Amino acid sequence: MMYKHIIGKQTFIFQDLKALLAKASPFRSGDALAGLTAISYQERVAAQMCLADIPLKQFLVESLIPYEKDEITRLILDTHDLNAFQKINSFTVGEFRDWLLCDACDALTIHELKNGLTPEMVAAVSKIMRNQDLILVAQKCEVVTKFRNTIGLKGRFSSRLQPNHPTDNLKGIAASMIDGLLYGCGDAVIGINPASDNPEAVAGICNMLDHVIQTFEIPTQSCVLTHVTTTIQLINKGIPVDLIFQSIGGTESTNQSFGVSLSILKEAVEAGRSLNRGTIGNQYMYFETGQGSSLSANAHHGVDQQTCEARAYAVARHFNPFLVNSVVGFIGPEYLYDGKQITRAALEDHFCAKLLGLPMGMDICYTNHSEADQDDMDNLLVLMGTAGCNFIMGVPGADDIMLSYQSTSYHDILVVRKMLGLLPAPEFENWLVKMGLQDNSGKPLHPIGYQTLLNYLPNE
Amino acid sequence: MSKDLKVNQEGQWVILKTFTEARIALGRTGVSIPIRESLSFKMAHANARDAVHEIMDTNMLLEQLNQLNHPIIQLHSKAADRAEYLLRPDQGRKLNDTSIEKIKTEIHPEKFDICLIISDGLSATALHKNIFALMQVLFPLLKNGAYTLSPICLVEQGRVAISDEIGVLCHSKITIILLGERPGLSSPDSLGAYITYGPKVGNTDALRNCISNIRENGLNYQDAAYKIMMLISEAMKLQLSGVALKDTTLLKNIP
Repeated sequence: MMYKHIIGKQTFIFQDLKALLAKASPFRSGDALAGLTAISYQERVAAQMCLADIPLKQFLVESLIPYEKDEITRLILDTHDLNAFQKINSFTVGEFRDWLLCDACDALTIHELKNGLTPEMVAAVSKIMRNQDLILVAQKCEVVTKFRNTIGLKGRFSSRLQPNHPTDNLKGIAASMIDGLLYGCGDAVIGINPASDNPEAVAGICNMLDHVIQTFEIPTQSCVLTHVTTTIQLINKGIPVDLIFQSIGGTESTNQSFGVSLSILKEAVEAGRSLNRGTIGNQYMYFETGQGSSLSANAHHGVDQQTCEARAYAVARHFNPFLVNSVVGFIGPEYLYDGKQITRAALEDHFCAKLLGLPMGMDICYTNHSEADQDDMDNLLVLMGTAGCNFIMGVPGADDIMLSYQSTSYHDILVVRKMLGLLPAPEFENWLVKMGLQDNSGKPLHPIGYQTLLNYLPNE
Repeated sequence: MSKDLKVNQEGQWVILKTFTEARIALGRTGVSIPIRESLSFKMAHANARDAVHEIMDTNMLLEQLNQLNHPIIQLHSKAADRAEYLLRPDQGRKLNDTSIEKIKTEIHPEKFDICLIISDGLSATALHKNIFALMQVLFPLLKNGAYTLSPICLVEQGRVAISDEIGVLCHSKITIILLGERPGLSSPDSLGAYITYGPKVGNTDALRNCISNIRENGLNYQDAAYKIMMLISEAMKLQLSGVALKDTTLLKNIP
C-alpha cells in the first residue's frame, strides 16, 4: 500500500510501509549504506508525520517481509495476541506514543499489553519518539527473570562479568573474573566469549566457571558464548552449562547466516530444560542482537536496520530468555557512525525490547574506527542506568583484549550504582555482604572479603 | 594527601596481574579508575585512532619494496578517502576505474599462480611498521617456491575482498593480501594476511584463511611467513581455501 503526506503544496509519497518506516528512521549510516534513508531532513520529518497517522492495526495486515518467505514474520503474526491488542486497537502510531507517556499507562498496563504488540508497531512508535520519551517509557517497564538469582527488579542494576582472554587461558580468565567479583560484578552472568569454538576448549571453560561458582557458592550463572549447536553437544555430554547463548537477528535469512533457525533454538531450550540447573527459575537462554546484522548478512529485504533489530526481539521473546542484550556499537561505523548514532540506537533497542517484554541489557560499546570515545560511553551509561536497563557488561578497564573493542568497566558499574543509587541483584548482594565484599551500609569494595577470593588462583 | 594516595592503591592486587594482559587490578579512587590508568587508556585509544586515520606513505613503502627487485603496481579502491572508506565498505572492496585499466594494460595477459597484494586496510601504521620486515622473510620464500608471482599490487584504501577483483584481473590461482587490521587498544599496528584460493568477486570470508596479529610483539615475521607458505602450499594441493582447509590435520600442526 502507498502512503502519502501533504505539507503545503508538496506531496511526499512513500511506496509501502517498509519504505515509510525506513524514511521515518532517525539518520544512521547503515540505512544510508542500504540506500533506504530519507533524501532530506524534510522528507524524514514528513515520513514521521505520516507514520504518526497510521493506525496500529495496519501492521497486522501489511507484512514488511512476506509471510510465506520468512519464518520470523510467521512467528510474529501467528503468536500475536488479539485480546491484549484490544486496548490499543483504535490507536494510531502517534496516539500510541502519547498514551505510552501518559500517567495512566503504568508498568502493569505495559506488561499486560506486551503480547498484543508486534516488533513493527514498537519500532514504528520509537521512530517518532525523542530520546527522553524512549527513556521515560522504558523506565516504567519492569521485566524480571530468574535462574539462580533475580534480575531486573526496580532499583537494581546488574552486570555481566566478561573476563575474556585472547587464548582462552583458564588462569587468565579466572584472574579477570576474580578482579570483577571483588568489584561486585557478575550478578547477571559470568559470560566468556571464547577465542576457540573447539568443543573441548569450551567445555574446559564451562568446568572452570562452574568450579568457581560452586567453590564460593555465588548466586549467579555462567555462560560460554559459543554457537548454540556446540552448547547443545556439550549439554548432551553432561558438561555443566547454565545459560545457553546465541546471536540472533530479525529475519529468517539473517539467522541462517548465524547458522540457526527457530527449530534449532527450540532444541536449545529443551536441552537447557533437561539440565534444569536454575535454582529459583527456569529461563535458560541468553541472546545477543545488534542493529545492522541483517544488512551485514545481506538479509534485510529492504527493511531498515532498527526495524530488523526489533524483529529479532520477537525471536528472543518466543524462547523466554533470562538475558538479552544488544551489542550496540560493536558492528562499526558503516552501520552506526558516531556516539550520537550509537546512543540513539541503544535507547531504541532498550525501549523496544522492554515494551515487548524482554529482560533487556546493553553492551555499551564502540570500536576504534567509530567516531566515539569514553565520553560518549559515559553519557550512554548514565542514560541506560536512568532508563532502567537490566544489566551492562563488566570488562577489565573497559578494554576487551579478546574481542578488541571497548565496553564498560567494573568501575563503570559501581559508578552508575553510586550515581543513581542502584544495587546489584538481591541474592548477589547478600552474597557480597556474606563474603565481606560489601559492608552493611551497602558500600562496595569492602576489604574484609578480598583475601578469600585472591587465594583462589595460586591454590588452583 | 597521604591518605588519598593510600586509597589510590586499593584494589591493586598484583597477584592477579601475572595471569593476564587484561586491565585488571587497576586500583581505584572512590569507585573510579585512578588518573594514571585513566590517561593510559586514553593514550592507547589515541594511538588506535591515529592508526585508523594515518595516510599510507606510498613513497616510503615504494622505497622499501623496491629493494626486493620485483615489479610493483600502484592501485586504488573506489573509496576516495578515509571518510568514504569507513562509511562505504563496499567501495573499499572494488578497484577504481583507473586501477582496472592499469592492470589490464600493464599486466594483461599474463597468468600467475599467486597474486600478491598489500593494502593499508584499517591501519596504515601496521604497514609502515611491519610490511618491510615481513616481506624480507616472506618474499624470498614466495620467490623460491615453484609458483609464478604477480607484480606486488600496492592498494590504497583497500578491504580484504578487493583481493578477489585483483586476483581475477591478474588471472591468478590464489591471492594473498597483507593489510592493516582494525586497531585494538593494545595493538594499533597489527597486520593481517588473508589467503583465498580461486579468487572470484562475491567470495565470502568463509572461503578465506586468515593469519592475524602479525607485528613485533605479536606473531613474529618468521612464524607468520611460515604459516602463510604452509597455507599456500596446502591450498594449492587441495585446490581450496577457507573453512574446509582449516580442518586438514597438517595445518593443525602448525606451531
